[in-house]
Amino acid sequence: MERKPSSLVYKGWCIFSKDLKSELRNRYALNALLMFAVTTLVAVNFAVGQFGLGEKLLAALFWIVVFFSALSGLAQTFIKEEETKTVSTLKLVASPNSIYLGKLTFNIALLFTLEVVIVPLFFLLSNVGGANLLLFFGVLILASLGLAAATTLIAAIVSKAAVKGALFAALSFPILLPLLVTAIRGTELSFRGEVFMSGFSELKILLSYLVVMIVASLMLFDFVWSE
Amino acid sequence: MSIAQIKISGLSKSFDGRDVFADITEVVSQGECLVITGPNGSGKTTLLRVMAGLLRAGAGSVEYFLGDSVIQGQGLKRNLSLVSQDLALYDELTALENLHFLSRIQDCHFSKEELAQRLSQFGLGGRGNDLVGSFSSGMKQRLKYLHALLKEPKFLFLDEPTANLDEEGVRLVDEIIKSQKRDAIVVLATNERSELNYGEKTLQLGL
Repeated sequence: MERKPSSLVYKGWCIFSKDLKSELRNRYALNALLMFAVTTLVAVNFAVGQFGLGEKLLAALFWIVVFFSALSGLAQTFIKEEETKTVSTLKLVASPNSIYLGKLTFNIALLFTLEVVIVPLFFLLSNVGGANLLLFFGVLILASLGLAAATTLIAAIVSKAAVKGALFAALSFPILLPLLVTAIRGTELSFRGEVFMSGFSELKILLSYLVVMIVASLMLFDFVWSE
Repeated sequence: MSIAQIKISGLSKSFDGRDVFADITEVVSQGECLVITGPNGSGKTTLLRVMAGLLRAGAGSVEYFLGDSVIQGQGLKRNLSLVSQDLALYDELTALENLHFLSRIQDCHFSKEELAQRLSQFGLGGRGNDLVGSFSSGMKQRLKYLHALLKEPKFLFLDEPTANLDEEGVRLVDEIIKSQKRDAIVVLATNERSELNYGEKTLQLGL
């Protein structure tokens, strides 16, 4: 045996690869995310697709799909640890911050996988023409990172509760509302085909939200995680 | 070599206003085994979990020493192992993947050959690439012991150590406890009469 201190990032990576391996074998969270996203998107398109929705409504619809899919899947990473009784094992071996980093990376990977499926599907079904793709992807990436950062912390809080689903939604809504409103506004601008700089203030807000959420999570996670 | 010691001072824990245990004070030194015993529901497992840092104490403290220095946080995690029915391994990972993950995250690095050799020593030879979900409860228990001992802990906590084990497994646990007592502190929670004999010190709960 060789004892060699590893960095926080390396330990976070170990937790991420463990979760990824586990997810690829049983698709615990990915199936929930994808099923919800695809069915919602297709159902809404069948119901209102023929009305030629405006950019504002399309942007709202896109983020509603992403937001609710995230709610259904991203909490699973901690809930599963509780349900399979591995949470105490993890607590005994890993530092809280490495756990947060590992779970955050996993949730980001999950969310990006979801978006790889729903973004092309959304563009195909909703007939958005002339969108500024650079602005769209800028908003999408920053908002997704913020969404993952916030939901990872909330998921850790609710994993110990009895009524997990309801509590997750109740806690998420006020925390994610500023992110959602900004993301919808930025996406609307991109759908209208506005120049990149017109969405710069939205990008700045999303970046600030992301930084605040990650710093706050790293500071608070120890308290959330112990007991 | 630093001598390990645990100092428990006025330790109490209650759930919803009901005292699980109160005002426990004890000192255990390297080479000693502390046996925690008592009827079902007397708080044996809760006490172990509080001592391991998995639950917060209501009052009092548990201090861990290596030589003259107090160890806590990650230093304590590197030196403390707990084997319990309540602590599961990852069913979707193979035995080797479990050991690899759990040891790497605690700064212990083993080659695959080393881990495979350890698996054989614990009666799990040739099962390293099988998913832990396919193991019997006894095999899982053996794997938990292997994981617990990989980092050569100075503080080994065992909750009902022989539960789910066959005769050979019980013998293995007997060897583990006897050998660990030489270099570490063993704390075990049990109701088995035969296991009471391991203890140099006994803590009776639920009186």
